[in-house]
Order: sequence, then structure tokens, then C-alpha cells
Amino acid sequence: MFYLFEQPERVFELTLEHIRLVGISVLAATLIGVPVGILCTRIRWLESPILNLSGILYTIPSLAFFAILIPYTGLGASTATIALTLYSLLAIIRNTIAGIDDVPRATLDAARGMGMTGRQRLFLVELPLAIPVIFAGIRVATMAAIGIAVIAAVIGAGGLGRLIFDGLRTLDADQVLAGAIMATVLALVGDWALKRLGDALRRDAGAAAEGR
Amino acid sequence: MSPLWAGVSLITLEHVSKNFDSPSGSVRAVEDVSFEVDAGALHVLIGPSGSGKTTTMRMINRLETISEGTITINGRDVRDLDVVELRRAIGYVIQQGGLFPHFTVADNVAVVPRLLGWPRARRRQRAEELLALVGLPPKQFADRFPRQLSGGQQQRVGVARALAADPPIILMDEPFGAVDPITRKQLQRELRRIQAEVQKTIVFVTHDIGEAFLLGDRIVLMAEGRIVQNGTPADLLRNPASPFVTEFIGEDRSLRALQHTYLAELAGSRPDGVPDDVPILAGTLSIPQAGQELARHDRSNREGFLVSDVSGRPSGYLTYQQLATVLGESIAPAETMTSAEAAPDPEAAHVLPV
Repeated sequence: MFYLFEQPERVFELTLEHIRLVGISVLAATLIGVPVGILCTRIRWLESPILNLSGILYTIPSLAFFAILIPYTGLGASTATIALTLYSLLAIIRNTIAGIDDVPRATLDAARGMGMTGRQRLFLVELPLAIPVIFAGIRVATMAAIGIAVIAAVIGAGGLGRLIFDGLRTLDADQVLAGAIMATVLALVGDWALKRLGDALRRDAGAAAEGR
Repeated sequence: MSPLWAGVSLITLEHVSKNFDSPSGSVRAVEDVSFEVDAGALHVLIGPSGSGKTTTMRMINRLETISEGTITINGRDVRDLDVVELRRAIGYVIQQGGLFPHFTVADNVAVVPRLLGWPRARRRQRAEELLALVGLPPKQFADRFPRQLSGGQQQRVGVARALAADPPIILMDEPFGAVDPITRKQLQRELRRIQAEVQKTIVFVTHDIGEAFLLGDRIVLMAEGRIVQNGTPADLLRNPASPFVTEFIGEDRSLRALQHTYLAELAGSRPDGVPDDVPILAGTLSIPQAGQELARHDRSNREGFLVSDVSGRPSGYLTYQQLATVLGESIAPAETMTSAEAAPDPEAAHVLPV
């Protein structure tokens, strides 16, 4: 009766597609967003224009965003990936800046006074201490991307949105439900997994040492 | 020992000034400050908040740029040295330790050795050595994280960290300002013990006059960016350069405690060869009263004064240095940083008027 059990291979395949779409986008956004965030803490006047720009990008409705991109990048997964990456930037850049700004002044002053170079301060002190906050940003971005990626099925990007839109077209409520359930499960599992990963990184960094 | 300066480490400040740019124009934070710190001596910079004491210290390792004047270490202008190398060759201790929360205690202590590229085993050994020196058994503390330590223990780690690469010079910026009074007194005594052992050239910033008297070989009292007086603790008591000095010393509300300490309790027996023209004070005088009394005498070129016993015989003797040490020892450290910087208690002011 449930589409989920009737077509497990298709559901599994589309779930993987969804994960790939979200994973690549968030990874790309992290690789761009963290360095951009660091840059904003070094060249302070960049912060407000960059946050404004990524804020504006974030408010564009996803369908409109796809429509803007299609003339340049066509239908399919690459357009969806670009849009999802740009959506994810805001949370990651903002949290990178916040994480680095949160490092106590006294700690930074000590690092300077000990004779750390700028690069050593960044890699030995600022980034390790900012990791929990940066990771929280990545989590938020991932959750949002899992939702938005559903809509990306409209432009042929695949993923769990296929189940929902195919189901809507064929009035197959079971199929719609299967897509919705899987997207929700994916979000919950993804959130849990990222939280675990974040805690592990944090423990490496010693910041969660209190309970040990 | 740092390759930058082996052996003696004399710090000289010559006509040093510092301007800060602010939206409303340039602000003069330090104005024409000159003094020397002898090798192996502990020099206290003290003054009310905004007096420029911290800025002055921070110019030595170039955490602040020098606007005018020159700072030299063993004759070398600090501006001619590589800033990173300079800082690694100078120990640095700040309030609350400024420890790296994500490093273990041992890694915190060994930060500068790590930056200098020491091998891991040697770093570890050095860290354990220093933890033992500051009274933290390495077995128990080396692998903990700073937040598992009390404030006082963190301060000890901060001191150990400054000593790690064996720099001949150490700068301390209100290092004990954020711990409770009892722990602070304990840390001050420990620092004295460690300093007797390691003989570093130390510049120590504080706003706590008791701390200054207890620790300082010399005290530089600053106000509004200028030096008001530069002298030994005894000099400050004996020959205050201006009413401000006396007022600043007397401002400490805890000096009131000394109203119940009497000269007779402190005086030692009169040594031979004390000239007869030194002041004679009654043993029943409290320390603040003694201050008032001494203000009426010519105190220059005298090491101490005689103290008379109940029968009026001048059988006791007290040096100004001893009096200063007593002040340093018995002044309870100001409860917290903020209350010390708060407006002085009018009752407590002027207990040692000129």
C-alpha cells in the first residue's frame, strides 16, 4: 500500500540523489563561505556588503532563483547546486564571522603577546575556537538546503522532490507522502549526524573538555 | 635563553609618548615617559585607570606602537627587531591568564616553545618542570583543560607559560587582578619566591598599592599618562613627590585595617650607630598616625626612625623599607578590580596625609 515499500529502490536512489545535491552544495558553500567569513574579520569594511549580498540572495524565492539561472546554466542538477550553494552561504559566512568575533579578546591578546604570527593566530587559536559556531552554521544551511532541494526537482535536478511532484501530477498521494516522509527523515538524520560530527570536532578542539 | 638578548636585560624608556586616534581626534595616552628597569628587578607600574600604565607596558613588546620616543632592551631599539621574534623573547602574563581554552595546561605552558619549534618531548618536559615550579603537580594538572582549573590555578599556568622559553624579561598586566583576595595574596608571595629563584627582569602593571609595595623593587606611579614618581616603595612613603602620591597610597580603603597596627608591634630593637637626630615616634601610634607624625619631620636621607616604648625610651627602630613592606603585606588586596577603581571612600582617604 505504501509507495515507500512498493518501490524501495526508486526511493533509495532518489534519496541518494537528494543527499548528493545537498552535500555538494553545502560543501561548496563551506569552502567558499568560511574563507569569505575569515576575510570579513580581517578586512572589516567587507563584512556589511558581503552579509547584505548573501542576505539578499537568501530572500529570493527558490523558484524565481532557478528561473533566473536557467538561461545561463540550463535545467538540471548544476543549476540547483548553484542556487543551493548561494542559499547556504549566508548562514556559513555569518557564523564564521560570529565564531571568530566570539574568541575572547584576552585570548587573542595573549596569542599576540606570545609572538604568534597572524596565520598562527588564525589556525591555532581563532578557527579552533570558532569551529562550534561555524558548524552550527553548516547545520542550519544543511537543513534549509534539504527543504529547498525538494523544489529543485521542478527543474529536473532529481532528488526526493521527484516523488512529490510526480505524485502530485498523477494524483498519487502515497508517492507524495513517501517523498515528504523521506525528506523529513533525511533532515532529522542529517541534523543528528552533523551534531554528532560537530561535537566530535569540538572535543578534538578540547572545548568540550569540561565533562571529561 | 633567547638569542635576542643573552644575559643582562636592561629596559630603557626614553621620552616615550603614545597617541590614540579617536573619532574626536588624537588622545594622548602616555606623555613623555622615561625610566629604566634594571636587569633582574621587578618594576611596578601603578596608577588609577586611564593613567597609561598598561599602554606603557604594552609598548615594550610592541603590542602598542610607540608614537614618540625610544624603548631599548640592552641598548637595542625594539622597533629595529622583528616583532614576532621580540614577543617570543619576552614573557607575557595577562589578567585571568588569557589561557587558550582548547589547549591542555601542558600545551598552554609550551606555546612559545612550540612556536620556536622545540621538539615535542622537550616541550613536554619543560612544561612539567614549570608546572612544578608554580606549585601545580604536573601529574595532576598537565593534561587538564583551563576551564577545569580555579582562577588562581589558571594564573599559575599563566605565569608558567611566560617562563616557558626562559625569556629574561617578563611583562605582567594585572596578572592577579581577577582572583579573590586570599588567592591573590598567595600568588603574590609565590611570585616573590619564583622571582628570587629565576631573577627575571619584570615589568608589572597593577592598580593595587598593596601589591606594588609587596612585590616592587621600584614603583613607577603614573597619572594621566605621566610619571608622578619613580622610586622604591620606601621612597614613595618617605619622600612623596606630590600630594597625589600620598593620596593615592592612602586611597586604599583597606588601609583602615592598619589603624589597629601599632609601631611597637613592628619595631625591632635599636641597632648600634643610629644617629640621635632621627625622628622618635611613640610605640602607641598606629601606622596611619605614624604617617602623619613622620610628615612633620625631615625624612630625607634617613633610613628609619626610632620607636619609644611605654616608658618613653627610644629603644625600638623601624626602617622605612620595613614600614613599606608591612603596608604591602597587610593591605588586604582590593576586593575586586572594579571596587578598587571605584571612587575612594572619603573616610579612608588621607590617612597618610603629607
